[in-house]
Amino acid sequence: MMNIIVCVKQVPDTAATIKLDPTGKSISQENITYVLNPFDEYAIEEALQTKEKFGGEVTLVTMGPDRAEEALRTGLAMGADKGIHITDPQLAGTDFFGTARVLAAAIKTVPHDIIFCGKVAVDDNAGQVGPQIAELLGIPQVTAATKVEIAEGGASAKVNREIEGATEVLQTSLPAVITAEKDLNQPRYPSLPGIMKAKQKPVQKMTLADLGLNPAEFGSGASKFEITSMAMPSKREGGRIIQGDLPVAVRELVKLLHEEAKVI
Amino acid sequence: MAGEVLVLCEQADGKLKVISNEILTKGREISTALGAGLSAVIAGSGIEPLGQELSNWAGKVFVLDSLQLASYTTDGYTKALANLITAQQPKLVLCGASSQGRDLIPRVAAKLKGALASNCSDLRVENGGLVATRPVYGEKTYAQVALKGEGLQFVSIRPKAVVPIEPEAPAGGQVFKIDPNVAPEDLRTSVVETIKGAGGMIELTEADIIVSGGRGTKGDEGFKCVEDLARELNAAVGASRSVVDAGWKAHSFQVGQTGKVVSPQLYVAAGISGAIQHLAGMRTSRVIVAINKDPEAPIFKLADYGIVADLFQACPLLTEEIRKLKAQQ
Ligand SMILES: Cc1cc2nc3c(=O)[nH]c(=O)nc-3n(C[C@H](O)[C@H](O)[C@H](O)COP(=O)(O)OP(=O)(O)OC[C@H]3O[C@@H](n4cnc5c(N)ncnc54)[C@H](O)[C@@H]3O)c2cc1C
Ligand SMILES: Nc1ncnc2c1ncn2[C@@H]1O[C@H](COP(=O)(O)O)[C@@H](O)[C@H]1O
Repeated sequence: MMNIIVCVKQVPDTAATIKLDPTGKSISQENITYVLNPFDEYAIEEALQTKEKFGGEVTLVTMGPDRAEEALRTGLAMGADKGIHITDPQLAGTDFFGTARVLAAAIKTVPHDIIFCGKVAVDDNAGQVGPQIAELLGIPQVTAATKVEIAEGGASAKVNREIEGATEVLQTSLPAVITAEKDLNQPRYPSLPGIMKAKQKPVQKMTLADLGLNPAEFGSGASKFEITSMAMPSKREGGRIIQGDLPVAVRELVKLLHEEAKVI
Repeated sequence: MAGEVLVLCEQADGKLKVISNEILTKGREISTALGAGLSAVIAGSGIEPLGQELSNWAGKVFVLDSLQLASYTTDGYTKALANLITAQQPKLVLCGASSQGRDLIPRVAAKLKGALASNCSDLRVENGGLVATRPVYGEKTYAQVALKGEGLQFVSIRPKAVVPIEPEAPAGGQVFKIDPNVAPEDLRTSVVETIKGAGGMIELTEADIIVSGGRGTKGDEGFKCVEDLARELNAAVGASRSVVDAGWKAHSFQVGQTGKVVSPQLYVAAGISGAIQHLAGMRTSRVIVAINKDPEAPIFKLADYGIVADLFQACPLLTEEIRKLKAQQ
């Protein structure tokens, strides 16, 4: 039996067109569809497979506005058992370490033998929250896992992780935080009965006060960062098609790469 | 050294990694702009000679040398680095957003309650404070982030974001060898084995030239002409997600939002349509070349040079032309 936790975040669809709002400091929410962070799908799948092997319960934890509950429902439809949704007006603009503190506090309220996170959230691109939760809980971590084999009894695990030019095989004691890389597994799709059942599954709402945290330490006022502006990527002068017969065009390309771009 | 800029360097097999030179270059620029001293730290086992090398860059060099640091582990390196930072009280710790930096720095920052701006593509000093550029939303926009407050700050910078420049004159730094007091029982996670990638493979995130193939290669066999081109260019091989999901290439080859973010001098995309999630991984490449038989493929909007052609004809011709060019040089 294992108590398995998965931290999930709701993010804009990766295909969404990003526009800035009038302040120029954040993105416009218009026409954005929100999805489960892609890396969190791998985290959930690993949690479900762990439960299938060892028995136990999968609890999803999210921090975010009301709409973030949709991310929990998606995970519940995949097969997770219950959700914790930390939502509090004071949380808007909380920085990464603040997020990790909130999530760690929520995780402490439930038994936890293993915690899965995504490698990175594709919106803020931080890759901080997993290791920071591990530090706050005082447990080990393995980031960017591509394979997890939990030992019989659940006291340790063998985890593969991708590093530059190699795969590392690590042995870690449990409980630990493991962050999921894309290669970890093949996430299942929620089934229709799964989606129906998910509507009935319990989601516990919590505020900062419920977690015994001081609201003054969270939100944009307490953040250690200030976004002063957002810049769109510089327009590339693309679209220069080299015309002509293929052998001629290829010769021209090599010449340009050598003499003009000076990259070869 | 209170108030200094501390650069966390990386080594492999006793050699300084390229990312270290990149971050040292940035560190020198930032410390000069801040009017602060520059120091460097390197960890490992039997790495004393590196102290000398780093003394060319930094006024103080800390060599954390211990058998327990022979291979990178989160626990060992966290303890050693956190202790050093606590003792030395730098203002800013800079490191690379490599697999090691991404694992280690969030944890050290949490332990020391510092602020961490991670995966930055740039860092500069404005009005005496630090402003980082953070690519967000899949490289669709770049947040300019000011680091607030007086506390300890950490910044990790992506590989290839900085062009490394060797110091003009050696800094003549002082080298301190430190036993970090890491005990075997501190390591709750240990490395059982390191399985090297396919022989001679150049790591994508470190490569100057990348040749990537997409679904247009039609499979394992078809991918060969992309690999031949890569070999001729001494380039790393990349792939789109379609290629990885089809099982033609391992995930470690994938470029994009759920793969690797790369920033080479030259990126050649063959048979890749240019989906937004692929662009997220390569749009900061200096020069982009696209080979695609569909003139409407979105990749052409981004590419500096495009050839509309069948890749099975274009790639071998390109390989041949490059061979000729090399023969002339
Ligand atoms: C959450 C999420 C994350 C994703 N992450 C990534 C990621 O990290 N990386 C990534 O790459 N994708 C990612 N994708 C997938 C992405 O949306 C595209 O599906 C994928 O990039 C397409 O790969 P492709 O260009 O190889 O294939 P296609 O889009 O099928 O394009 C193939 C191209 O090859 C051309 N072609 C065909 N035959 C030839 C020929 N003989 N000669 C020349 N050209 C030819 C065609 O004209 C076409 O343009 C992600 C998607 C999602 C939803
Ligand atoms: N607001 C949040 N709620 C729940 N989990 C989160 C939240 N933010 C980050 N995480 C978890 O931490 C991972 C990495 O996020 P980040 O550090 O923001 O890139 C995500 O994939 C999630 O597993």
